[in-house]
Amino acid sequence: MNTNLYGVLILAVSVCFIMALKGLSSPKSARRGNLIGAAGAFVATDLVFWAPGMTHQHKWWILGAIAFGVVVGVPAARKIQMTQMPQLVALFNGVGGGAAALVAIVEYLKLGSGASTAEVVATVFTVIVGCISFSGSIVTFLKLQEIMTTRPVVFPGGRFVIAGTLLGTLGAAEWVIHSMGNTSLAVMAVLALLFGVLFVLPVGGADVPIVISLLNAFTGLTVAASGYVLQSTLLIVAGTLVGASGTILTRLMAAAMGRSLFGTLFGAFTAKPQAAVEGGEARSVKSGSPDDVAILLNYAQRVVIVPGFGLAVAQAQHTVRELADLLTSKGVDIAYGIHPVAGRMPGHMNVLLAEANVPYEQLVEMDEVNPTFPQTDVVLVVGANDVVNPAAKTSPGCPIYGMPILDVASAGNVIFLKRSMRPGFAGIENELLYDPKTTLLFGDAKDSLTKVVSALKAL
Amino acid sequence: MSSNLVWLSIFVLSVFIGFEVVSKVSTTLHTPLMSGANAIHGIILVGAITVTDHADTNLQLGLGIAAVVLATINMVGGFVVTDRMLEMFKGKPRVKKSVDAVGGETK
Repeated sequence: MNTNLYGVLILAVSVCFIMALKGLSSPKSARRGNLIGAAGAFVATDLVFWAPGMTHQHKWWILGAIAFGVVVGVPAARKIQMTQMPQLVALFNGVGGGAAALVAIVEYLKLGSGASTAEVVATVFTVIVGCISFSGSIVTFLKLQEIMTTRPVVFPGGRFVIAGTLLGTLGAAEWVIHSMGNTSLAVMAVLALLFGVLFVLPVGGADVPIVISLLNAFTGLTVAASGYVLQSTLLIVAGTLVGASGTILTRLMAAAMGRSLFGTLFGAFTAKPQAAVEGGEARSVKSGSPDDVAILLNYAQRVVIVPGFGLAVAQAQHTVRELADLLTSKGVDIAYGIHPVAGRMPGHMNVLLAEANVPYEQLVEMDEVNPTFPQTDVVLVVGANDVVNPAAKTSPGCPIYGMPILDVASAGNVIFLKRSMRPGFAGIENELLYDPKTTLLFGDAKDSLTKVVSALKAL
Repeated sequence: MSSNLVWLSIFVLSVFIGFEVVSKVSTTLHTPLMSGANAIHGIILVGAITVTDHADTNLQLGLGIAAVVLATINMVGGFVVTDRMLEMFKGKPRVKKSVDAVGGETK
């Protein structure tokens, strides 16, 4: 294909990506935005086969590899439960980072002695950051999937080990640039992979989504760097767009949780181990039956439902809407109090409740719902914990201190639907559970809600 | 203008576009936006195809093919999963559903 024509088409694809991100920023155009992005990517993938200078010597291998990737990726994306979405995004990000690192390694193997320093540095950068993104994303996946502990993993001298690994990686990078050897590259890649693991391990619980977003931005930058090495405008534009928008998004997410980005990443090193909650196990809680809960709800004027990750796990979004509709028919005023980071990702609850066709105007964001709690008779907390934990206000030094919370304690009654007394994702005891105005209903959120619905119908 | 300067200009301008397009986005869309951006960096597939095409040794070919597989999973999977998330936002009934729909929609 003619170089100029190719360039113009590639420019059109770059514009598609800009429009995709722009579209994704507004609810009305989000889906169209994503489709525009997908169309751009599809065209670009076709076009590259016609790019000037292509040899087509390995065409069948490449087509086979693409087919294999589609066969793996599409079913994974289609079959995944809504609750497991965050981990899947983490995993996709990780493989993207891995792909960028591999591309850079192949490019490195082909770079002769005539390569410019800038090219070598860009290649080395891609390998390092791509490896960090790959191994870091795998660790976030394991944490979200609860294959490994969700709490911060800290060990004595951890920060020195991490600093040492980073220095080692940079040292190896220096060695690669001078020697252009294969051993040095392998050492550097292994150290970068190790650094990715160590970097994510101390990040705990609710902060994991912020890290996914950050690693997403990292992968974007590696794509931009490989674009420089491969002399591809498209990769530079697309990678930089993702890197820049990902950085902003990471900051927005951190702000929604009241955290500084620095605190998120390095908080685990500076935080003192928490003092054990005094006599926590011995204290009594008030647990109720589905009938007690139904009665409380039936005679309330206003009920606010606070959904959390437990709702997602139990797939209880349809049942919760059934309960809300039933209460509405009984003249109860219903709202859903949505914490920006309830669940495992910002916006997670909105996605779930939208799936159950919950009317949009019933979803009330934190800042608007908080002043209404004093006029609320009953708050029904469905599988949420950290986002209503008063410790975020009252105990400095606890991992979620400073995070804005839903002020449910100021409502008349609080009902917690919980699986057990186990603390939430961040691993912090919730004082509210022991409050006299709190009633606990233990069990799977969907079962409990179903029982409450039938109890309500019987009243 | 040297070609490095051209690349640098493209990079810097793209940074500003990236900042600008997402500066105002509601929390509701954080997750789909992250997922969509994630799919876009799957465009490394184009790079993976290019290096694999030019592979001279079996090692280069093997690594390149692995890169093509991973990049395809990232790109295709990423767009599909983002679409699934966003599918739930569309066709949202503006009027509240009547009460007789209770329980009828659990699938």
